[in-house]
Formats: sequence, C-alpha cells, structure tokens
Amino acid sequence: MTTEQMTGAQALVRALENVGVDTVFGIPGGAILPAYDPLYDSVKLRHILVRHEQGAGHAAQGYAMVTGKVGVCMATSGPGATNLVTPISDAYMDSVPIVAITGQVATSLIGTDGFQEADIAGITMPITKHNFLVTDPRDIGRTIAEAFHIASTGRPGPVLVDIAKDALQATFDFEWPVQMHLPGYRPVTRPHSKQVREAARLIAEAKRPVLYVGGGVLKAGASAELKVLAELTGVPVVTTLMAKGAFPDSHPQHMGMPGMHGSVGAVGALQRSDLLITIGARFDDRVTGRLDGFAPHAKVVHADIDPAEISKNRHADVPIVGDAREVIADLIVAVQAEHDAGRAGDYEDWWRQLNAWRETYPLGYDEPEDGLSPQHVIERIGQLVGPEAYYVAGVGQHQMWAAQFIKYERPGAFLNSGGAGTMGYAVPAAMGAKVGAPDTQVWAIDGDGCFQMTNQELATCVLEGIPVKIAIINNGNLGMVRQWQTLFYEGRYSNTKLHTNRVPDFVKLAEAYGCVGLRCERPEDVDSVIAKAMEINDTPVVIDFVVHPDAMVWPMVAAGTGNDDIKIARDMAPEWENGD
Amino acid sequence: MTQHTLSVLVENTPGILTRVAALFARRGFNIESLAVGTTEHPEISRMTIVVKVEGLPLEQVTKQLNKLVNVLKIVELDPGTSVQRELVLIKVRADAETRSQVLETVQLFRAKVVDVAPDAVTVEATGNREKLDALIRILEPFGIKELVQSGMVAIGRGARSITDRSLRAIERSA
Repeated sequence: MTTEQMTGAQALVRALENVGVDTVFGIPGGAILPAYDPLYDSVKLRHILVRHEQGAGHAAQGYAMVTGKVGVCMATSGPGATNLVTPISDAYMDSVPIVAITGQVATSLIGTDGFQEADIAGITMPITKHNFLVTDPRDIGRTIAEAFHIASTGRPGPVLVDIAKDALQATFDFEWPVQMHLPGYRPVTRPHSKQVREAARLIAEAKRPVLYVGGGVLKAGASAELKVLAELTGVPVVTTLMAKGAFPDSHPQHMGMPGMHGSVGAVGALQRSDLLITIGARFDDRVTGRLDGFAPHAKVVHADIDPAEISKNRHADVPIVGDAREVIADLIVAVQAEHDAGRAGDYEDWWRQLNAWRETYPLGYDEPEDGLSPQHVIERIGQLVGPEAYYVAGVGQHQMWAAQFIKYERPGAFLNSGGAGTMGYAVPAAMGAKVGAPDTQVWAIDGDGCFQMTNQELATCVLEGIPVKIAIINNGNLGMVRQWQTLFYEGRYSNTKLHTNRVPDFVKLAEAYGCVGLRCERPEDVDSVIAKAMEINDTPVVIDFVVHPDAMVWPMVAAGTGNDDIKIARDMAPEWENGD
Repeated sequence: MTQHTLSVLVENTPGILTRVAALFARRGFNIESLAVGTTEHPEISRMTIVVKVEGLPLEQVTKQLNKLVNVLKIVELDPGTSVQRELVLIKVRADAETRSQVLETVQLFRAKVVDVAPDAVTVEATGNREKLDALIRILEPFGIKELVQSGMVAIGRGARSITDRSLRAIERSA
C-alpha cells in the first residue's frame, strides 16, 4: 500500500484513474470546482465537456453500453445534480452501470439551504442501486472503489457519489489500494444446480417451450451461450426490446420481439406456450399486457441475477438466481445430459404453428400514397449501414420501428431507453457510444420531439470530434402520443402537433452547430442521402427525414388489454388457429 | 391481510432508516410498526418491522430489503418462538373519585404509574399487542388524555443469536 499526501480532489481523480476510468462526461460548477483542477492535469482521464448534465448522464450510459465498462458523469451540486436525475433513473430502469459524481456544498452548509444545495443522495435514493455522501476526504478512495464495484457487479446499475466541497479541498494522506467495506452486498452469480436440472427436465417434457430472453443476457455477455442452448434444444427464441441483438434476428429460431409492439409470432409464442424459459427478463407490463391473461398455459422457469425479480410479477415454478451466462452454460450441460438419457423435446407441431404465424403475419407496413414512410427510412438505414453499426433510438414510434425494421445480428448493437422511456436519450447516448467505440458507425434514430430535448449536445459532438449520425424521423408530431389519440381519443390531437416542418429548421440548426445538415423528403432520395451521410466521417451529420405523420406502429397490444387482443392493424386481429 | 414481524440487521450508517422506510413506501408495503436501535455491536442496528402484506408475498418485501446495500440480514420472527413486546405510556384522567379504580386497573395489568398529577396519572405498560389493547380499552372510560407507543421489539427464544454471523461478515470485510 502506498501513502501520498494530497487533496480530496486529487484523491478523487487518482481513484478514478486507479479503477480504470478513461472518460468522464460532465460540467463544472461551484461545489465540484476543486475536482476540476487536478482533472485539468490528468493524462489518463479525458473529460468531455457537455452542454447539459442530462447529456452527461445519457452519454455515460451510451459509453457503458458499448464498452461494457462503468460510465462516468460529473456535475456540481444543486441544479447540476438534479439535472442528472433523469439519466440516473433511466440507468436504474435499464440496469446500466454508471457512476455519477456530484459536488455538494461544504459540510458546514449541509442542511442550511445553502446556495446550490440539494439533497441529491436523498433525491436519488429510489433510483440508484446505492449512493454515498462523502464528507471526509479519507473516505473518497474507498467510496469510489465501492461505487464502481456495486455499479458493475450483480445486477448492474447507477451509483451516485456526492462529495462535500470541503472534503475535496482538505489535504490528507491518500492510501491505495483500499479495502472495500460492503458486508451487506453479496450478489449471487452461481446458479443452483438442482434448479438448473429441473429446468432441463421441463424443457425436455415441454411441447411448446419458448426462450424468453431479456436484457440480462446482454449484460452478462451470454449471447454465444444462448445460441448454443437454442440450437441444442431447438426451442424458439423471443428477445425483448432490451435484448435486441442477444440472438441474431436472422436466425431461423428467432420469433422476434414480444410485447405491446411485438410480432404476432413472438406474442403468439408466449401466449400459447407451455413453458417459458425466462432468462434475464422481468415480465415488464409492456411485454405481458394484462398480467392475468399472459401466457396462461405456461409453466415458468425464471433465471435472473436479481432475486427480487423472480416471482415479482409472475410466479416462477423453477426460480434460478444467477448470472445469465453461468445459468445458460449450466443449462447446456443439463439439457445435454437429458438428451444423452434419451429425453429430448419434440417440438415439431409447435414449429408448424409458429411458422404459420410467422408466414401469415410478418412485420410490415403500408407505403403512404404521398410522402415518405418512416418505416421505410429506418429499414433502409439498417440495410445500408449494416449490422456492424450501433443504433441508438429515442422514445416513441421511431424507437419501435427501429426495433422492428433494423435487423440486429450482434449483441449490444441497439441502445435505447426501454424501462424509463426517456425522450431525449438518443443524441447524448449516441455521443457516449461513439466515444466508447470511435471506429464504429453510430446512428441515432431520433424523433423530432425527442431530438429537441437534448440536441444541444451536437455542440459537444462537433467540438470534441464525435462524428455521430442523427437521423431525425420528423413527422412534425409527438407521434406515439398522436397514435394513441387517433386510436383512443377519437382523433382529438391535443397538444401533439410540434410544427417541426416549420420550426425549427433542422438543417439550419445542424449547420449552426457546425454539423452537416441534410434533408430528405422523397422516397427516391432516401438511399442517396444515407449514402452521403455515410461518406462524412469528420463531423456529425443530422438528417431531417420529413415523413408522413399518419403512420402507426403495428402490431399493437393496447394498454390495459391482454396479449391475446393484439391487433395487426386498426380493428384487425390475427386468427390464432391459422395453420393449426 | 397477514402480519409478519421482521428483524432487520443493518449497518449503523446515516440515512439507513430513510432507505428502509422509503423502500416500503415506494413499493407500496404497509408498515404496522417500526422500532430501531443499536445492538450489542455498536456498528449494527436492529430494526423490528411489523408489516402487513396483502396479495403480495412477504418474500417480495424481504428480497427488496435485501437489495439495500446496508442491510445485513433479515429474519422473520414467528410469534410462537419469539418474545414480542411493545411499550406504551398512557396519560389517563384520575381525580380523587376515580384514582383508586385507575390504580386497581394498573395493578391488574402489572403496569406501573410513572408520574402523578392532581387530576391525572401516567401509566407505563409493557406487553404484547393484545395485553396493551386490553389495558387501553379498560382505561378508555376514565379518559385517556395522551398516549404514546414504542413500536414492537422482538427477539427469538432460546440461546441462538441472529447477530453473530452478521458481525463476522462485518469483521471480514473491514
């Protein structure tokens, strides 16, 4: 162990370097100011000066998603810290490992309503995996080590470290390495072998099993294992919004995405299943629809690293607590043992049914008579840019189309705000992703509403040399809300029209920021505009795709109804028994 | 609706009560009573939480609690194999006319008078919920002016301790 005299601020920077941080997204301010002085000298840490703290938080998420490391954002006390609340909440819902470091007013001012004081530890308590308030410089090193350990192990998530200004300023003897002190934190990663064997037995016995795969499989880096398990068993796979890419979309066993805007094949597979093999998914209401009508005939094997997810929404017949990769690896062995004993599942009838659904109800869309179809634009981006790129969606119709019409062939290729549904996620998250993967194309698929919430980060992208591509699917409206108004509010379009065809001019806006701005309004120009954007690699490109406002996302399970009530278009339900 | 008594061992750190209470509120779990204090080990605090659950299994409550980083251990205490006690202080009207009746009741419940005023006495009583409810019911007609309760504390019967292992975990990680 080495000891060195330094300030709390220097200790913070040193500790961040020591735990392997290379990039910090943030904005300085009064209380965090001491930390920015040693940061100025650090050769290991790149600080990226964002334009709004929310941008720093989402960028840290994007960075974490593509690198597999912990993303880091930094802000000052009070409003700086509260501006991080949205991305922290987003990271909590989607289990993204980030550490947020905030300055706090000096210890003597805490509790006095001092200038720029906010109880950010109290505010973020329900939306962090854990948080710390540090008032003693001697705690800084250990707290940083603990924060990174908690954020990145078990079920990943956001951790906030709030450091009082006087702790940053004080001089003390910094020690490293540090001993973590987390007696109450013991994530379980090794699955119970008896439960795994029971799951394998059920798989062999089942007639209509489905692998219901969630984001936990991506977090665990278990895609290769999943493919082996799927091919060994012959079981169909559905991947949730958070798991897109965990199993190749082109794989013949892939039935698509389940849920509110899932494919008929995927939703039908869950509904008619007799065994759900659930791995790293959490029976979210957007997947289950009305819970009492969800997969009514299925037994449930539920594997998750978070024991609290198991049987939270749906009772698990076989609960397995563990890391998805270890669970799947053990399942492969157990299933192989069943096969060796002559007990392999026979799913031939099941596949006949599944294939019938898939052939009868493929994902599709109607081309509008005039103007540009948003689905076509997104589909062409996916086809022309290819599976090696990262795609980052905002929230709304364009997000669902990006999930439906871009084909994901590799894990981690799709980033979006799933649980929290944070409009404005795409631009800063794409920025963070591009910093984490500078040699890979990063395309944000954004909406005109979303884009206007966080587009100030274009300045950061230009100045810091982060050449992302932003495709604005501009329908001039808050499209998803408008779709609900069309379907459930008799077309009364209360406050959904953004007039984005007039204000702002996205091309001029892009140019004002120093980006290249392109516009596309005709179907025949889509390919050439995408190609032009792909040729520009030294600066961000913003493309304003002016699309038809009436396009809707289908299929749809309306909120409050059951999955069996899925509609493939307005008032059109699939015939379930088709092909039986 | 079923009632459960949980003994929750936590690290004695600032904000832990907020973390636990906020978790209950946020997840929609109902707290019947909550009592907290340090244990024989100053770095460990013990909360006794009486929780009423409806529709959702107790398991979900304990799993969510266990996710709090500062929570060390959760044990459900069965009323049959544990001692469960609450303390109540009752300020009851007692003038010359009714005082002897009040004192008789106090004796009957093995409670005691801890303060006397010309027209009131303050009664301290310890016991399980049923006993205290009965005492309150009988004192009610005299006129209860003020009442304060501690919340339940509970401990398992027998020689075993639930804190030993948690302390060892703390020592290991220190």
